[in-house]
Amino acid sequence: MSQSVMPPDETQATSNPAPAFLPRARMQELLQHLEDAGFACIGPTVREGAIAYQRLRSASELPAGMSDEQTPGSYRIRVTRSARQFAWANGPQALKPLLFAPRETLWRATRQSDGTLCFASAMTAQMPLAVIGVRACDLAALALQDRHFLLGAHPDPCYAARRKDLFVVAVHCSHPASTCFCSSTGDGPRAAGGYDIALAELDEGYVATAGSPRGEAILAALRPAPANAEQLAAVEVQYEQAIAAQSRTLPGRDLRAALFANLEHARWQDVSQRCLSCGNCTSVCPTCFCHSEMDVPQLDGGSSEHLREWDSCFTRGHSYIHGLTIRPDTRTRYRQWLTHKLGSWHEQYGRSGCVGCGRCISWCPVGIDITEEAGAICSSQK
Amino acid sequence: MTPAKLPLDAQIVGRIEESPTIFTLRLRLRDDRAREAYRFAPGQFNMVYLYGVGEIPISIVSDPRDPALLDHTIRAVGRVTQGLARLREGDHIGLRGPFGHGWPLQRAEGHDILVVTGGLGCAPVVAVINFILMRRERFGRLTIIQGVKHAEELIWRERYAYWNTLPDTHVLLAADHGGPLWPWHVGLVTEVFDQVQIIPARTIAMMCGPEGMMHAGIKNLTGRGITEDRIYLSMERSMHCAVGHCGHCQYGANFVCRDGPVFAYPRIKELFSSKGF
Repeated sequence: MSQSVMPPDETQATSNPAPAFLPRARMQELLQHLEDAGFACIGPTVREGAIAYQRLRSASELPAGMSDEQTPGSYRIRVTRSARQFAWANGPQALKPLLFAPRETLWRATRQSDGTLCFASAMTAQMPLAVIGVRACDLAALALQDRHFLLGAHPDPCYAARRKDLFVVAVHCSHPASTCFCSSTGDGPRAAGGYDIALAELDEGYVATAGSPRGEAILAALRPAPANAEQLAAVEVQYEQAIAAQSRTLPGRDLRAALFANLEHARWQDVSQRCLSCGNCTSVCPTCFCHSEMDVPQLDGGSSEHLREWDSCFTRGHSYIHGLTIRPDTRTRYRQWLTHKLGSWHEQYGRSGCVGCGRCISWCPVGIDITEEAGAICSSQK
Repeated sequence: MTPAKLPLDAQIVGRIEESPTIFTLRLRLRDDRAREAYRFAPGQFNMVYLYGVGEIPISIVSDPRDPALLDHTIRAVGRVTQGLARLREGDHIGLRGPFGHGWPLQRAEGHDILVVTGGLGCAPVVAVINFILMRRERFGRLTIIQGVKHAEELIWRERYAYWNTLPDTHVLLAADHGGPLWPWHVGLVTEVFDQVQIIPARTIAMMCGPEGMMHAGIKNLTGRGITEDRIYLSMERSMHCAVGHCGHCQYGANFVCRDGPVFAYPRIKELFSSKGF
């Protein structure tokens, strides 16, 4: 992997400059510097009753005074009196749709008058993105998506083009939701790497740390004051509190052996009675990578677009081969999802496919809790 | 866009009707450089694209010595294959590949080869049978076992009969339901296993077909002393991308398109008897 493909990997080579302090009012300047450097800023905003990442024109669009309440099967945003802009855990999506598009054209086939077919890539030039407010769980998921889409024998060109210049401004999570368990998976609540700039939000502003030469340059241009000892201490206290606030846990970091030893556990049947097989969990999961490919021919017959679209192992079509559906029922689909997410990922990518973001718990219409199901299956026999 | 992701134009230069629903397309890449650079191994597959409809993975059955002409035997069963069935010589399709890992032919040299297949003529093993017959001196005894449900489902009947006349080559066929002109075994394919002479330390088994059949075959062979690492299976799963990205073909930690489709049995043993993976 060349450095140009994954700039945040330069993290390791950077001398870690002293943390700086940015009063909250200067967030707009940070955005402006990023825009001036050629990035389109994307950040959290309130949209349709949820925190959603979209084009950020001004720091005033950040969800100041908003928090989220998440429980199994429920996500609500609440108005608070706080001036904080990141006093919430996460919304339904973050980085995944920005890099691995929910639906995009891969190539276009054109039929010539003599019947021959011409194939052309449908990739378009991408404006480099700077994403503000990336959580530790989503950075861990980004590293996993990188391994899946970039680090094999056939790097995905569409993902690579968007990933190449991605600028990440992480914000350490200070307000985990009840559904969060990143501390249990070891992925948060503090972003440990893979960012250009990391911010810890305090009541009066941000303690900012650069994680790459690019991040260092952007921060230096802001000429910030160094963070003082009191601010640094407050960041540590907040970090400890964010860990303590999490009550959910997975029964271990590597559940591969436990899951595959329990493939006939009665709990698979039990969860299949509750699961709607709707695929919400896979849509909100920041690491799920399944997608289907399909053709959409143009009405004039002269060309055809070959698309890919997010798919889910909870659909019937996912495992269909010529007249046979490998996973015809919800029991085998849920089992496929969980044994892959928490099991097979270890062999595929060296770690679990779960980063503890808790989205699959909140956005499940019937409130199925992955930590509870994994606990039931892995900690008991049958 | 990498070549693995973007199809190439290929022309149908031959079409053979194997049965009312099975046909073979002989394809030739149009681009000279791509055609000259193209190499494959028996057991590998191509993604075959029907214009405006979509792609499907199809095993290459022709001989790797002539990679300019690529034969694909296809059963018309789904949206893409039924469309492909209507194409004629001179028509154009898209092709990208080859993908995956083929049969362990280097390891198999000097060994007795036991080919076990079921269903409606299994293309991946036909490639290996042809490969061996064209290089007969490099391999020991070749035994071909094929099972079908109904006698009339067997394609290439003459070919099987011909293979059975070749030196040191034995064909054993079984149909669950025979017929008046079925000279072979009537019953389960596993029942003919006992007729096969096996020297375990000299044998490599290659299987393809319904997993239940392969499962029974593995049980029989291991029971007769063939070690599991001498058994190879060609697996079939849904595939959209062919490069290990789309997730459809996952089999435990394996991506069948990338890590298979041919696997040494120990690699997939853990899940092989579990339905739903």
